[in-house]
Amino acid sequence: MPAIRVVLPQHLRTLARVGADVLVDVDGPATVGSVLDAIESTYPVLRGTIRDHGTLKRRPFLRFFACDEDLSLLPPETPLPAPVVSGAEPFYVIGAIAGG
Amino acid sequence: MSAVRVLVGTRKGAFVITADGARKNWDIQGPFFGGWELYHLKGSPVDPNRLYASQGSGWFGQLIQRSDDGGTTWAPMGNAFAYDGVPGTHEWYDGTPHPWEFKRVWHLEPSLTDPDVVYAGVEDAALFRTTDGATSWHELPGLRNHGSGSKWTPGAGGLCVHTVILDPANAQRLFVAISAAGTFRSDDGGVSWKAINLGLRSNHIPDGTAEIGHCVHHVAQHRARPNVLFMQKHWDVMRSDDAGDHWVEVSGNLPTDFGFPIDIHAHEPDTIYVVPITSDSEHYPPDGKLRVYRSRTGGNEWEALTNGLPQRDCYVNVLRDAMAVDTLDSCGIYFGTTGGQVYASPDGGDTWSAIARDLPPVLSVEVQTLTD
Repeated sequence: MPAIRVVLPQHLRTLARVGADVLVDVDGPATVGSVLDAIESTYPVLRGTIRDHGTLKRRPFLRFFACDEDLSLLPPETPLPAPVVSGAEPFYVIGAIAGG
Repeated sequence: MSAVRVLVGTRKGAFVITADGARKNWDIQGPFFGGWELYHLKGSPVDPNRLYASQGSGWFGQLIQRSDDGGTTWAPMGNAFAYDGVPGTHEWYDGTPHPWEFKRVWHLEPSLTDPDVVYAGVEDAALFRTTDGATSWHELPGLRNHGSGSKWTPGAGGLCVHTVILDPANAQRLFVAISAAGTFRSDDGGVSWKAINLGLRSNHIPDGTAEIGHCVHHVAQHRARPNVLFMQKHWDVMRSDDAGDHWVEVSGNLPTDFGFPIDIHAHEPDTIYVVPITSDSEHYPPDGKLRVYRSRTGGNEWEALTNGLPQRDCYVNVLRDAMAVDTLDSCGIYFGTTGGQVYASPDGGDTWSAIARDLPPVLSVEVQTLTD
């Protein structure tokens, strides 16, 4: 069960009452979808804030980055890069630069 | 000793402003939920320390917050608003069918009898209810499934249920207003709904007197006379004396009958307040003068209230849920502006002062009258 280091945007850190980095335990293969499942399972207050409740679609103004790659548009079963699985690199949830 | 607590929702957080019954010295707490849009906050009539807040953002979606201590501390509650069944489509701006999609909660209306029961008016237009203090939410689908639902079109601000009124004399009766569909009433606790727009006339729809399609901005009801409703429509101030079955225009001598909020004096059911705005394309007061207009005759005859309000170079707006009244003996009137001011009058509108001057744009104002 890999522990993935996740960096959340400031508003979600405040909401979940956590610091800049959090560690979440992923069940099974570490994929884009499973790390998001783990975030929501560990911090239920974040359900609906990263993905839509029903469809699990990524909210439009959020992106997922890791190892200098944009994983936002990849299928949820896409494996996370090895450095993220090993804990050397974090999985980033990024808020778009938009709005005022 | 009495006191008032003003709940202010803004584009960038919530503020709780309090004063004792004299309403002279105000204390501002906040921002709560800094950086988030707070469309609406409201307290339970039966437990004033129980507050609910609609918190949201374009990035992170909808949250619901609850306070059990009058706004000192808050806890996030359930935020899953799933339409009942397959929601289908409503009409888009260009006339094409558009899937019903949940976007945000515009208005929270706590039950008159149970602090755990709250109604939520949402965009895209639907009515939800919680019976467990906002832990879970369930749609009352009869409103969206009203036969006209597929023809509802959004106003400029979206297709939203922005007004929810629970009738104090009839627990089975509810009213909602939707931009830009109109006003609806249920007489069976929200199971089925009737469009109540007879008498409205709107120039922006092909048949100006159609059953639906009216951009109702806000509706107000006085507890002592629940069959009388007052409406600020996109254009026109309207009145119904039969719970919405028929409406008549009471714009009278207003300088313009476009506006957003409308409210009623706590002790005088025929004393009503509006804030005229220049037009639908110029959302600021006429002549740069911020004037509340008061009618003591239930409409038609209006007087400008200006004492303490800016009378030059003022170009703010007052949004539909940004006016409220307290229930102290000398009724207090409150409103917030898109310029971040919150104005209060402790004497029914005769004199005004700013109790907050530099908040983010104000989306909503509610007032609680507190007694020991």
